[in-house]
Amino acid sequence: MNKLKVAWYWCASCGGCEESFVDLSEELVEFFESADLVFCPVATDFKKEDVERLPDASVDVALINGGIRLSEHEEMVKLLRRKSKIVVAYGTCSSWGGIPGLSNLYNKEEILRAKYLDPPSINNPTHAVPAERTRLTKLGANLELPAFLDSLLPLNAVIDVDYYIPGCPPTPEVFKNALKALISEKLPPKGSIIGASDKSLCDECPLNSTKPEKILLKELKRPHETIADAKKCLLTQGLLCLGPVTRGGCGALCIKAAMQCTGCFGPLDGIADYGGKAISFIGTIMDYSPAEEEELERAYSKIKDWVGVVYKYTLPASKLGGRVRREKTKRQEEAEIDE
Amino acid sequence: MSSRKIVIDPITRLEGHGKIAIILDDEGNCLRAYFQVPELRGFEKFLQGRHAEDAPIITPRICGVCPTAHHTASVKALDDLYKAPPPSPALKIREMFYNLFMLEDHALHFYVLSGPDFIVGPDAPRAERNIVGVMNKVGKELVLRIITIRKRIRKMMEIIGGRTIHPVFGMPGGISRPLSIEQVKEIRALADEALSLSLITLEMFKKIVLGNKSYLQLIESEAYTHRTYYMGMVDGKNRVNFYDGLIRVIDPKGREIAKFHPSKYLEHISERVEPWTYVTFTYLRKVGWKGFIDGENSGIYSVAPLARLNASEGMATPIAQEAFEEMYESLGGRPVHYTLANHWARVIEMIYAAERVKELSEDPEIESKDIRNTNFSEPSVGIGAVEAPRGTLIHHYETDENGVIKRANLLVATQHNAARISLSIDKAARSLIRKGEISDGLLNMVEMAFRAYDPCLACATHEYGSMPLSFYLYDQRGNLKKILHPNG
Repeated sequence: MNKLKVAWYWCASCGGCEESFVDLSEELVEFFESADLVFCPVATDFKKEDVERLPDASVDVALINGGIRLSEHEEMVKLLRRKSKIVVAYGTCSSWGGIPGLSNLYNKEEILRAKYLDPPSINNPTHAVPAERTRLTKLGANLELPAFLDSLLPLNAVIDVDYYIPGCPPTPEVFKNALKALISEKLPPKGSIIGASDKSLCDECPLNSTKPEKILLKELKRPHETIADAKKCLLTQGLLCLGPVTRGGCGALCIKAAMQCTGCFGPLDGIADYGGKAISFIGTIMDYSPAEEEELERAYSKIKDWVGVVYKYTLPASKLGGRVRREKTKRQEEAEIDE
Repeated sequence: MSSRKIVIDPITRLEGHGKIAIILDDEGNCLRAYFQVPELRGFEKFLQGRHAEDAPIITPRICGVCPTAHHTASVKALDDLYKAPPPSPALKIREMFYNLFMLEDHALHFYVLSGPDFIVGPDAPRAERNIVGVMNKVGKELVLRIITIRKRIRKMMEIIGGRTIHPVFGMPGGISRPLSIEQVKEIRALADEALSLSLITLEMFKKIVLGNKSYLQLIESEAYTHRTYYMGMVDGKNRVNFYDGLIRVIDPKGREIAKFHPSKYLEHISERVEPWTYVTFTYLRKVGWKGFIDGENSGIYSVAPLARLNASEGMATPIAQEAFEEMYESLGGRPVHYTLANHWARVIEMIYAAERVKELSEDPEIESKDIRNTNFSEPSVGIGAVEAPRGTLIHHYETDENGVIKRANLLVATQHNAARISLSIDKAARSLIRKGEISDGLLNMVEMAFRAYDPCLACATHEYGSMPLSFYLYDQRGNLKKILHPNG
């Protein structure tokens, strides 16, 4: 069998995806027996021109992690799309936006202000903010930075994506499974989520046997307010464990540490909007009759940040999209009406 | 005037990609070199509106290489926010977890990232300066043993912290659940192995590095020397502590100029913004920002292993203390201004971390079920700090009465070191670019100077290949004149 030619690129990534790859430890040897990294800025000599020189569609698989946050990311992934037969969104950021996707609740100016003007430790009398081009007048030269985009985008908002590997980060196990799927004779259907389970996290949760057929809650709790019983389904204890609506495959790591699932493996098949699904699920387990609207309202009001709870990893891919996208859509609609 | 610009891009990463731009004059001599970080995600903003207890889940995503540092600083900020000091067993388990992390992170850096420069040799061909080269030099068996121990340490971290990458077990006032008897047993067994790993590392460092005069000369060479201030966290006896303590600052002569509780950081640290980079530069507020220069009049300071040792008076464990004394005797007393001595300091810290893990693992309190204090006060402000592998890390949150974040301020190691890294780049470029000739030595020098601070950056270098540096020569209108790839 020919070795798989793999390209790996990171966008707005924390490096956790790469660390989890290193955590393959001695199994890395096996990986390098079946694959060649032809391009990987984290690991090998990275030159954009080298990628530009490659014939189109000459890379077998491009793994891309991190969301699209800078102009540079956009350019690179478009280039990689052209050069690759298969493009895989690696990890939750690339697939749905991930935690940095929460930045879509705010616009670019607000984000820059919070970093360069507002912090209590900042001393910035000239109100300097990083710019795409800075003229160094004394030296007669310019310094350039890639542009900070209006919002963070999941990979499929910029290029066509063939497969998705979920997880923040995907565990070494998930990566190995995904690799198997990619080198198998019969590739999975385009658009598939590969490497993880196709069932919900509850299916592999060690506490699943303590989960009743029908969960009914009077009260929702924020995790710091309670000491959870580590041996009992966390959801039944009023903690918003998102296991029922989250894809399995992680090995229920958080739950083994008595912490609720926060949804980092993203939605199950057929679910377009993870947070919407989570909210509607929570609605079904609240134990109040239609006449008890007020009490229900009170129970819900315990949670002060619903977006952060249900859209922690998937906001840029959601129907809501975050404020920035809504404002943009609104502007476009107004422009159309004007015409 | 026809100045040219060289861009080295990308140098990659702690928080993403990195870039070096070098401006040349008519004669082709370096006028000035700039270290640029073209990366921004906006954590300070989108933490606003989040439940404070989510911060230890969100902030580790700043860096997947040192998520434990962010998780821990964040959780400590929450202890402070709710004025809920954790019970002693929870503190000990957190500290043990934290030291395991410091040990494995330092080990990764030493063997895979920076170490190859020393172990294989700075003059060795680039292609050999990697983990494979290390294997050839010290033996495959030993390297495999080290990889196995590191893997076991990371597995152990998963057991304690829930996950190794992006841990979850920290809660305001303590941790999510106690350790089981089986887990404690495993930890105790591992502690001995962890210590032996550190001691093997020290022996190797002494034999290979200190046994070689030319390495020592390299460490002490002026090119890698910057006389700056140093910052690090110390315990009540001014000894290094990674998990908790006061932040101590010494001047370039080694005199203590400040020692403060992390909650007072704003009195001591300011940040400067430059429009040509997304990273901000921290400096000592009372000394002031005087530009990119070293010396007593410049507020530039450094963090990370060497700075920590410089800012302390010793190590709290016996073997590490011996190694500490040996280093300062060999290098002429405290403080040491040689950037490359970071590698030596890192080995000393590995020993301390391992000794501390062993001490804590033997403490009967880690078997205790008393792991949470939920006696909370109304939240308003919380500040927490730890020593991350790469230096002091401060998290500061302000919330409403419901514990929803209104403002977040994060000072990370890269920021503290960014100005000194800039100095290193500038110095290297000025001394090694002459009359348009870019010596291949520049690349080595820049690489080594960087790696001493920043292992994540060095991920790019040694994992499976060589440093991804390219030099782009521009004329003053920004036209590309020439591209140099010193690697081949």
